Amino acid sequence: MNAHILLQQLVNGVVLGSVYGLIAVGYTMVYGIIGMINFAHGEVYMIAAYLTAIFLAALTLLGIQSPPVVILMVLILTMAVTALYGWSIERIAYKPLRHSTRLAPLISAIGMSLILQNFVRIAQGARNQGIPTLLDGGVRLMENGPEQFVQITHAQILIVVTAIVSMGALWYLIQGTAMGRACRAVQQDRTMAALLGVDTDRIISVVFVLGASMAAVAGTLVTFNYGSFDFFIGFVTGIKAFTAAVLGGIGSLPGAMLGGLVLGLSESIFSGFVNTDYKDVFAFSLLVLVLIFRPSGLLGHPEVEKV
Amino acid sequence: MNQREPILKVRGVDVAHGHTPVLHDVTLEVGLGEIVTLIGANGAGKSTLLMSLFGLPRVARGQVVFAGQEITALPTHRIARLGLALVPEGRRIFPAMTVRENLVMGGESVNEMVLERIHGLFPVLHDRAGQRAGTLSGGEQQMLAIGRALMGRPRLLLLDEPSLGLAPLMIRRIFQALREIVVEGTTLFLVEQNANQALRLADRGYVLVNGCIRMEGSGAELLDNPEIRRAYLGGH
Ligand SMILES: Nc1ncnc2c1ncn2[C@@H]1O[C@H](COP(=O)(O)OP(=O)(O)O)[C@@H](O)[C@H]1O
Ligand SMILES: [Mg+2]
Repeated sequence: MNAHILLQQLVNGVVLGSVYGLIAVGYTMVYGIIGMINFAHGEVYMIAAYLTAIFLAALTLLGIQSPPVVILMVLILTMAVTALYGWSIERIAYKPLRHSTRLAPLISAIGMSLILQNFVRIAQGARNQGIPTLLDGGVRLMENGPEQFVQITHAQILIVVTAIVSMGALWYLIQGTAMGRACRAVQQDRTMAALLGVDTDRIISVVFVLGASMAAVAGTLVTFNYGSFDFFIGFVTGIKAFTAAVLGGIGSLPGAMLGGLVLGLSESIFSGFVNTDYKDVFAFSLLVLVLIFRPSGLLGHPEVEKV
Repeated sequence: MNQREPILKVRGVDVAHGHTPVLHDVTLEVGLGEIVTLIGANGAGKSTLLMSLFGLPRVARGQVVFAGQEITALPTHRIARLGLALVPEGRRIFPAMTVRENLVMGGESVNEMVLERIHGLFPVLHDRAGQRAGTLSGGEQQMLAIGRALMGRPRLLLLDEPSLGLAPLMIRRIFQALREIVVEGTTLFLVEQNANQALRLADRGYVLVNGCIRMEGSGAELLDNPEIRRAYLGGH
């Protein structure tokens, strides 16, 4: 084994894992609160990529140039508009089905996902889109000749730091505020929360808004890093993040973060040492294995069954 | 009959679970400052009546008036915020939250005086404040459910079989606490199968049989009624 390749893949894995984790928290929180998989969540991430490009262009037109200012403003604007998408998706596709069968919202979610993909395809075109690089360069560690080094780009550092800060903020919101307490109450016993005066519809909206905002952070960061995207990126990344949520234990917030990290690291190491072309197959095989052997995931509670 | 200003009026209420009718033309009243009990056998519809006050499920016919306001069609959380609090059957504490967090869930904001009063009533809730509520014993969870309901300083406290599944000593402690709550001026509507304790505590009582109010009277009257003694008090 080559130590440089291993370390490089670990670095890449942590970055990838941060992205998966940011999206996975949306799946896990929605599942925790209404017991359904929001299959349109990957599209929310895709829309954030497009919004990032749109806001970047708008700020450039306004003459705002300084990279830190641009990055922060694009991030905040994208989060705000993506949150609105998250809120609307719940209102339009799920809330009317609140008291129907378990299957109905799942079908509605898949429909919503197709609508969003095609809306973006028609409005923005099917071809690959790109944005100019804002952040280049990086740091090289253990440099040992022209081919022998571990590189951490500035964009990667931005991804990991922003992911940690947003996860920390989310954690505080859920564990340390009255609104977060209400979210946890609704998750544990929705009827009892309502009997104590909690507006449960509002809390469910809050959870969709939070999940979409976190996916927006991922969409913006990845777009700054890779520069290119198309209307279909939400599909594969969405399923990967869903895998991360299941791996960590669906319904568990720390589980989603941990699952993202574990998936990112193992996928990266698989690409580095086995095969890059099969890395998606690897991730989905992992999902199947977890579902067979440990459906409650790493940090989930086996007894959880939502009605 | 009740002479005081009524805080709760239930008028000719029918309630069904889906297509199964459960309550038929139920009419009752709770006056401000009163202790009223509703006794009835398992499956009579007691819990259904309490939940339907919150619209879970909504009444199919009739009217519910709380503190002078018709609440029949209000959303559940709005009804709760009017000052109607329920200690539900099976306690329904939030198991993954701490004891303190459970209490805080009961009020819109934390009132330290109210919290202190509840800690005085149930010292165990103070001693175990940081502990996960799911790890409490059944009796302690019942105390927590009562404490949580008191946090919002309710105008009417509804209790659904608070003695269910508890050891006799624990039942005595719960009823002792209810007496203290009453002394402080809280209005109680107590649903029980444990008719003996309930009727001795209550000013008035109703008897629910198969979803219909069958009898009504003062606590003492119902305790002396031979039919009640036979059906609910194990007497002969
Ligand atoms: N969620 C429900 N769905 C359907 N039927 C129910 C439900 N809850 C209670 N019932 C039925 O309603 C009747 C009254 O139940 P309940 O109100 O729980 O009685 P009690 O509290 O007096 O024991 C019973 O026949 C019970 O089977
Ligand atoms: Mg009952």
